[in-house]
Amino acid sequence: MAEVPVYNYHPRWLRRRVSTYWWLEKRSYFAFVLREGSCLFVAWFVFYLLLLVRAVLQGEAAYQELLAWSARPWILLLNIVSFLFLILHAVTFFDAAPRALVVHVGKKRVPERLIGLSHYAAWLVASAVIFWLVLVR
Amino acid sequence: MRDHITLQVARYLPEKQSEPTFDEHEVPCPKDWVVLDGLNYIKDRIDGTLSYRWSCRMGICGSCGMTVNGEPKLTCATFLSDYAPGPLRIEPLRNFPIIRDLIVDIGDFMRKLVAVKPFIVRRYEKPISDGEYLQTPDELDEYKQFSMCINCMLCYAACPIYGLDPKFIGPAAIALAQRYNLDNRDEGASQRMDVLNEHAGIWGCTFVGECTKVCPKHVDPAGAIQRYKLTGAIESMKAFFMPRGA
Repeated sequence: MAEVPVYNYHPRWLRRRVSTYWWLEKRSYFAFVLREGSCLFVAWFVFYLLLLVRAVLQGEAAYQELLAWSARPWILLLNIVSFLFLILHAVTFFDAAPRALVVHVGKKRVPERLIGLSHYAAWLVASAVIFWLVLVR
Repeated sequence: MRDHITLQVARYLPEKQSEPTFDEHEVPCPKDWVVLDGLNYIKDRIDGTLSYRWSCRMGICGSCGMTVNGEPKLTCATFLSDYAPGPLRIEPLRNFPIIRDLIVDIGDFMRKLVAVKPFIVRRYEKPISDGEYLQTPDELDEYKQFSMCINCMLCYAACPIYGLDPKFIGPAAIALAQRYNLDNRDEGASQRMDVLNEHAGIWGCTFVGECTKVCPKHVDPAGAIQRYKLTGAIESMKAFFMPRGA
């Protein structure tokens, strides 16, 4: 596409620039920006998980130190906000998945609803396994 | 006046003004009148200089797309009474250069459409004596949704990515490429992939999803692009791991 000019130039045509704040113009645009922004919090959660794994490997003292650090109000607040964004990220991702994933069984197409629900089911199973590992065992 | 509604119509006369202005007109508002009827009323009875595109009046030609109260709409399928008591603000489609009043330049979209080869591509055309290329109803269903596109460009007007980066090939062109890729008679998918598997193609899309919301024909261009991304990613992986065999 690079060799094709984007527009025929005409001095009298009116071109308007998109506002820097275009994402505040519509609710759906704002929801999109929140969804995209949620990836920063996902990155933080991954980093926090790595910190947790490192502390566990280093032993009891390091683990207790990390727990004490995590109890600080600003870390707690960051983790609560990150958790909410993580849920937003997961829900929007699962809702989007059926649009990209088209699965056929034989000649029949698997309904979009079923693909979406299977994501939620996998989430539920993974959560149950982690719940069992952490709290029951 | 309950049986009338006010239309605020954007005017841009390039020989006289550098910024658009709005003209206000009262038009009748019977139950069966659409926005386009209101514009035609203005043109026929109040101000013959108003310029806008329209043709079929039945949601097929895709000419009468405009911004109605901030939303991209086909004016032939948007009823005045749904906006009562008004007023209604009618502007040209966003993200396109305005030529005059409600008319925008569509040259950019037309070039992009051609670039994705929206027609059946065959490596080898069989002779007519061999008969038609057959297709089952299931095979038709694979692409039928994407074939409903009428090139009205409402999706381009709704897409902030296209507004920010006019090089982005855009929702309708990609959905139409997908319409032919999924057609079992077509063999041009790899040629289209060359055009679309790049930043200005499918990867420019960040899945805002507005294109699908405003589509008057329920084509779901956003879905088409996400599917295409999956195919594009698989193709790139194949080319990376099997440079000769892919």
